[in-house]
Amino acid sequence: MMHFLSFFPYAVAAWLFVMGLYGVVTSRNFVHLIMCLAVLQSSTYVLLLSIGYRWGAVAPVFAGPPVVGTPAVDPVVQALMLTDIVVEATVVALLLALAVQLHKNTRTLNPDELEALEG
Amino acid sequence: MKRSGRIAFFLLSVTGFFAVYLWGLLGLSPFGHYPGPYGDVINKVAVYERHATDVVSAVNFDYRAFDTLGEEFILFISVVGATLLLRRQKGETEDGGAEDETPERNAPSPSDAARAFTLALIGPLVLFGLYIVSHGQLTPGGGFQGGVILATAPLLIYLAGDFETFKKVTSHTLMEVAEALGAGGFLLIGFLGLILGGHYLQNVLPLGKTGEVNSSGVILAISLATGLEVAAGFVLLLYGFLEQTLEIRLKGGGR
Amino acid sequence: MNGYYLVPLPVVVPLSAAAILAALNKFVGRRLADIFAIAATLTAGAVSLELASISRVQPLVYWFGGWTPRAGVSLGISFAIDPISACFAALVSLMVLAALIFSLRYFESIGTLYHVLMLVFLGAMCGFCLTGDLFNMFVFFEMMSASAFSLCGYKIEEPESLQGSLNFAITNTIGAFLVLSGIALLYGRTGALNMAQIGRALGQHADGLVVTAFVFIMAGFFIKAAVFPFHFWLADAHAVAPTPVCVLFSGVMVELGLYAVVRVYWVVMDGAFAPYRSELRAMLLVVGTITALLGGIICFGQRHIKRLLAFSTVSHMGLMVIGFALLKPEALAGLALYVIGHGLIKGALFILAGILLHRLGTVDEIELHGHATDMPISTTIFLIAGLGLAGLPPFGTFLGESQIEHSAEALGLGWISIVFYLAAILTAGAVFRVWAHVYRGWGKVGAAEKKGAKKIHDLRETRRGHPRPFEMHFAAAVLVALAIAVGMIPGLEHEADTAALLMQDRAGYQARVLDHAWLPVIEAKETPRSEVASLARSTVVTVLAFAFGMFAISRYWPKKGFFSRPFVLVVATLRKAHSGHVGDYVAFLTFGVAAFGIVLAILIR
Repeated sequence: MMHFLSFFPYAVAAWLFVMGLYGVVTSRNFVHLIMCLAVLQSSTYVLLLSIGYRWGAVAPVFAGPPVVGTPAVDPVVQALMLTDIVVEATVVALLLALAVQLHKNTRTLNPDELEALEG
Repeated sequence: MKRSGRIAFFLLSVTGFFAVYLWGLLGLSPFGHYPGPYGDVINKVAVYERHATDVVSAVNFDYRAFDTLGEEFILFISVVGATLLLRRQKGETEDGGAEDETPERNAPSPSDAARAFTLALIGPLVLFGLYIVSHGQLTPGGGFQGGVILATAPLLIYLAGDFETFKKVTSHTLMEVAEALGAGGFLLIGFLGLILGGHYLQNVLPLGKTGEVNSSGVILAISLATGLEVAAGFVLLLYGFLEQTLEIRLKGGGR
Repeated sequence: MNGYYLVPLPVVVPLSAAAILAALNKFVGRRLADIFAIAATLTAGAVSLELASISRVQPLVYWFGGWTPRAGVSLGISFAIDPISACFAALVSLMVLAALIFSLRYFESIGTLYHVLMLVFLGAMCGFCLTGDLFNMFVFFEMMSASAFSLCGYKIEEPESLQGSLNFAITNTIGAFLVLSGIALLYGRTGALNMAQIGRALGQHADGLVVTAFVFIMAGFFIKAAVFPFHFWLADAHAVAPTPVCVLFSGVMVELGLYAVVRVYWVVMDGAFAPYRSELRAMLLVVGTITALLGGIICFGQRHIKRLLAFSTVSHMGLMVIGFALLKPEALAGLALYVIGHGLIKGALFILAGILLHRLGTVDEIELHGHATDMPISTTIFLIAGLGLAGLPPFGTFLGESQIEHSAEALGLGWISIVFYLAAILTAGAVFRVWAHVYRGWGKVGAAEKKGAKKIHDLRETRRGHPRPFEMHFAAAVLVALAIAVGMIPGLEHEADTAALLMQDRAGYQARVLDHAWLPVIEAKETPRSEVASLARSTVVTVLAFAFGMFAISRYWPKKGFFSRPFVLVVATLRKAHSGHVGDYVAFLTFGVAAFGIVLAILIR
């Protein structure tokens, strides 16, 4: 079993995901819902970065060729996270565009009030 | 489902979900003890092989450049999609020169000091953005980060109070072409790798000396193309959203 | 080897074409954009077919940037081409071609943006099929999704369109991030993103982390594949998306979700899950059966033709999950054939619905009653497509179905055939009912029915023009003809068997990708199958489906009374659950993931 503090960052990631889901399910406003989706996406950032971290290591940016044996943090998860952020930003932009047009057409942003697609 | 029923059903499910997630997370190595081979191998070889001191950029623009190509196209297609979704509908006109009329957002127009300050910031911001884009292989940065900084420069024009000038400076057609050029540029660099090296996106440009700006071959080129595309893309997004909220009116004056 | 240089082309050519068209958005006319897009699609399709035939002899492994693995640690991104993935990419190209031909003259395009979106959609789907790297798969998944969201919300004047698109986007984005969480977990354990390397590093033991990662990845992709309880978004998206987009969604996009699960399972997870195959099979069979029957029942109750077809897609996805769940090479071969046959037929049906929309302005079955009696070509194609949906020989669907059923019988699970028959009767019966109502004018429509289900207002998506556009009929006819042709290619079953064996060969895949090994392709053994029995059964099922459809419009259909009450109640409750509210959908989604996780945890303990 891991020491609690060693497990804590992972638990934060799981908690963020759950919070995002809760926000999406209970939201009464589509813009709020999309922001809860962004919270859900940020849980993956926390998870990725926590996996790549190493105690007492330096950032993977070297002033010259690295000395053999220098512990450095994993650069791959950081690169993955950059990709992840761009994906999130663009998806949120698309969703917000949909929400803007929805508000213009139906005067409401409340999912409870939209009944067109029942059944 | 009724709201209370839905929330009860969800709370029950999410407890199970949270339990499963935590159970899975227990199998990871403790925080701070990254075990795997991938990161260590790259850290060891990246500087020698690519003459790039920022290993994250080396991973993004060389080792896993194909992922970055995909990511750039996600940005590209999202901007195209958002432009498509925010287009003017039938029966809407453009109400030129409009101001933000929402009663809740009754902000005072910017003072002269604010305008002067924001306009003065534009120059340094563009310079800073270009610096970040072109030094991606040396220090943390690169096309994406720098591109976003560049995209905020036209935004400052809008914040200085003038949507019309914003539209004049960032001509929509020019931005579209710039964005497509950035995306196409990335693809072309890949083709260069295919023709000269046999593999798509192979690093075939001269590697230069470690620590200089003009080093690490293809990484710099991809960084520039990405910076162009990201900047143009975000300006297009801003343009579309601002136009929707500020200008487009239904025929007849409704909002 | 020549084929080596072709590998990135199915992805790169459509993306380049999209970038060029986007740059020339304001400068190029509609005609040129159409030709350019079709040329790019044809190139991607031709290259995919060529890759399929090359990989039949020797599967290709391509490393982007030239980063080959060192001592079993992969540094770059790989594409691993085998016949199934290359054929899938070819199918994708064919469906996009059909959609582009459909939209040739009349579809309202905003500059060249429609073509740009379709081309990126094509490139993303091809990349998704061909890749051998998990994170790369996620990137292409998101690219596919981003273009799909925009295409779905195309008709922004319709508020239902925006709501359907939002439901689609929100549920699928949650799915994508579930997949990413699973990938992160696997990376934390194995330190690798390449599927072959992860498979090798996971070894033989499935502990909590491996199970959770598999559940997350499977659930995330099942959301895209519209499997119960993640299927709610599909009907909403199909009801509102423009016709050429629906063709792609039902024809290839949802099947790609299942393809991803199959690929990830066989390359990455099978080593760890091998001792638990029967438990996994049981769970997936339950899921598949529920999806198939639920989809069929709700499909039969729909009056909006596109929504009806969407629910029939859900039902058929359930059948495909059953094909995967059997975890046997013969079933996998049947699944591959079924995907091809079903995709072609479903595409044709959506195109015919699009023709109705173009000519008559609506796709509501009740409103259209008797209005399409003067469209002989559509009538014939629609009937033939219905036969294909029911699995009549010699359609490709029959071939796939009979192989899956044969494999099930070999495992002692003969009841699976009954699920197939019921799904066929329900979905094809609904299609036949539509045919009778709309194209033949049979049956009477009472005033009570006119008030029945909620109507969805459809906006025209095409300019008014010729009532019998050649391109649209041509596209539908070619798709149906190909569906029949697929079922008649000699030796196709053997090819499918060999390809399936290759897909399930984990050790071979790992050796080819990580160790530069040069292993020959193992030919499948010829298994004797009782042809006559399955031919007879499928024909009987088709006849039953037709009869059921006609029964539904005859005056003997119980509308009131003791017998129909419980059925009406059940159907009404099921339909109420599909409320169009995104909160409901996500609640069911969470329930599904939690249920998968808990059930697997118990079964594996």
